[in-house]
Amino acid sequence: MRCVERFSAVLAAFALAVAAQAADLRGTGDLGVVVERAAGRLQIVDTTARKALSRVDGLGDLSHASVVFSRDARYAFVFGRDGGLTKVDILEARIVRRVIQAGNSIGGAVSQDGRVVAAQNYAPGGIKLFDADTLELLADIPATSGADGKPSKVVGLADAPGRRFVASLFDAGEIWVIDARNPRAPAVERHRNVGRQPYDGLVTPDGRWYLAGLFGEDGLALLDLWHTERGVRRVLPDYGRGEEPLPVYKMPHLRGWAIAGGYAWLPAIGRHEVLVVDTRDWREVARVPVAGQPVFVIARPDARQVWVNFAFPDSARVQVIDAETRSVAATLSPGRAILHMEFTPRGEEVWLSARDDDRVVVIDTATLATVASLPVAGPSGIFFTSRAARIGF
Amino acid sequence: MSRPGIPPVIIAAAAIAFASQAAMAGEPNATRQRELSRLLVHECGACHGMQLRGGLGPALTPGALKDKPSESLVATILSGRAGTAMPPWQRFLSEDDAQWLAAKLVEGGVDAVR
Ligand code: HEC
Repeated sequence: MRCVERFSAVLAAFALAVAAQAADLRGTGDLGVVVERAAGRLQIVDTTARKALSRVDGLGDLSHASVVFSRDARYAFVFGRDGGLTKVDILEARIVRRVIQAGNSIGGAVSQDGRVVAAQNYAPGGIKLFDADTLELLADIPATSGADGKPSKVVGLADAPGRRFVASLFDAGEIWVIDARNPRAPAVERHRNVGRQPYDGLVTPDGRWYLAGLFGEDGLALLDLWHTERGVRRVLPDYGRGEEPLPVYKMPHLRGWAIAGGYAWLPAIGRHEVLVVDTRDWREVARVPVAGQPVFVIARPDARQVWVNFAFPDSARVQVIDAETRSVAATLSPGRAILHMEFTPRGEEVWLSARDDDRVVVIDTATLATVASLPVAGPSGIFFTSRAARIGF
Repeated sequence: MSRPGIPPVIIAAAAIAFASQAAMAGEPNATRQRELSRLLVHECGACHGMQLRGGLGPALTPGALKDKPSESLVATILSGRAGTAMPPWQRFLSEDDAQWLAAKLVEGGVDAVR
């Protein structure tokens, strides 16, 4: 009798141990994080099960927070407005390291080889390089001063091939290419007078081009990363705020810009339009009228659809553009204050954050039906680990 | 998940606001004040930082604004600043709304409206 009891206790313990092992062993390819911005918290989500797995607290001020992933897609590096850089283990749902690295930061990037994390800072303006393992500071590169004499805010930081980073200086009007092969002594190549107030930038998915949007004048600054010695040139002279600038209630984001199928889909600044640009010659080929001032314009991974969300006061809508006809195919009302959109790795579903409904909504991109809805307090950014393998993300 | 409740500070502020209503005719009512607080955190916060400590736009903390006359703050909120990213909000805000927001900024009641 007693023997049987003991045996079953051992069996139960064994079963538990096996279960724990199985839970530990899993990939991260279908995981991601959702920023609960007011709570300073992340939710770790599973895009196959369409549910939240766990939460990680204590990340500070996450307004405008952005996230990049380690090369092994296990760790999320979270950049907060309070200058915090936090390394989160997605599998164990815990903070591994956290440093306060600046007064005010908005984002960062991971180097091509995965060894270096770069942070772009507003105040004091500059770029810092960290060891991706330990978050040890490797280099501090203060930005050139703007007209007000203070170091310029740094925007549009992205990783580029050749273990480089590229960034724009908002106040100083410069683009920097940073060679981080030796991250303790990075080499900075400065491109001056690229245009007034570059406000964001991106590296194209093939890693060849860096594009910066200009707030202070029309046009885009373009740098060929195969030939940086040729310098920055101006393209799309009609892209911008134009002769009679309209008020812009939220800066459009370029990071998520849809560059797909040979075309770039760009949010107009102030105007209710999405611009379609041929990336072979950077000429505008069409304009698609949309329901508000676009914030994110993002292509489904197969480039068949382009999804658009909008600034205040039109943020309760999302539009789906048919990439073939270049017209709006559907207008959705998935919730109040749609702040962000993220496709699953191959795009069968898209996750939207509805801030004022405290929900994340999951939509089937073929039927446009809502397939799940997750409770999240004031969600803002949604970031899936598939970004780990993409240039410029 | 339930929406976070109204912090007691706002209720207190609203009570004080109501008490002094006679003195400050035209002050937005409690519902409007909640909408404005939300707008301040989320929409203004998109540029000025959710805690208004600065971002693309400058910090709007009491310390940063202490030497700025309230009329100029109200004018900036309603009309924006040409040549900068600060947009005019008069399409969405009345004069009273802007005055209330400016006062809120100068008082530093902003942490309370998170
Ligand atoms: C799209 C970005 C953006 C948004 C949104 C925005 N602001 Fe601004 N704001 C700015 C910028 C940039 C400046 C600095 C303008 C300058 O350089 O003179 C500014 C300046 C100001 C100032 C003047 C500060 C000073 O030191 O004189 C006030 C007050 C202000 N904003 C209030 C607001 C309020 C209230 C809201 C929301 C209703 C708001 N802003 C939304 C970008 C923005």
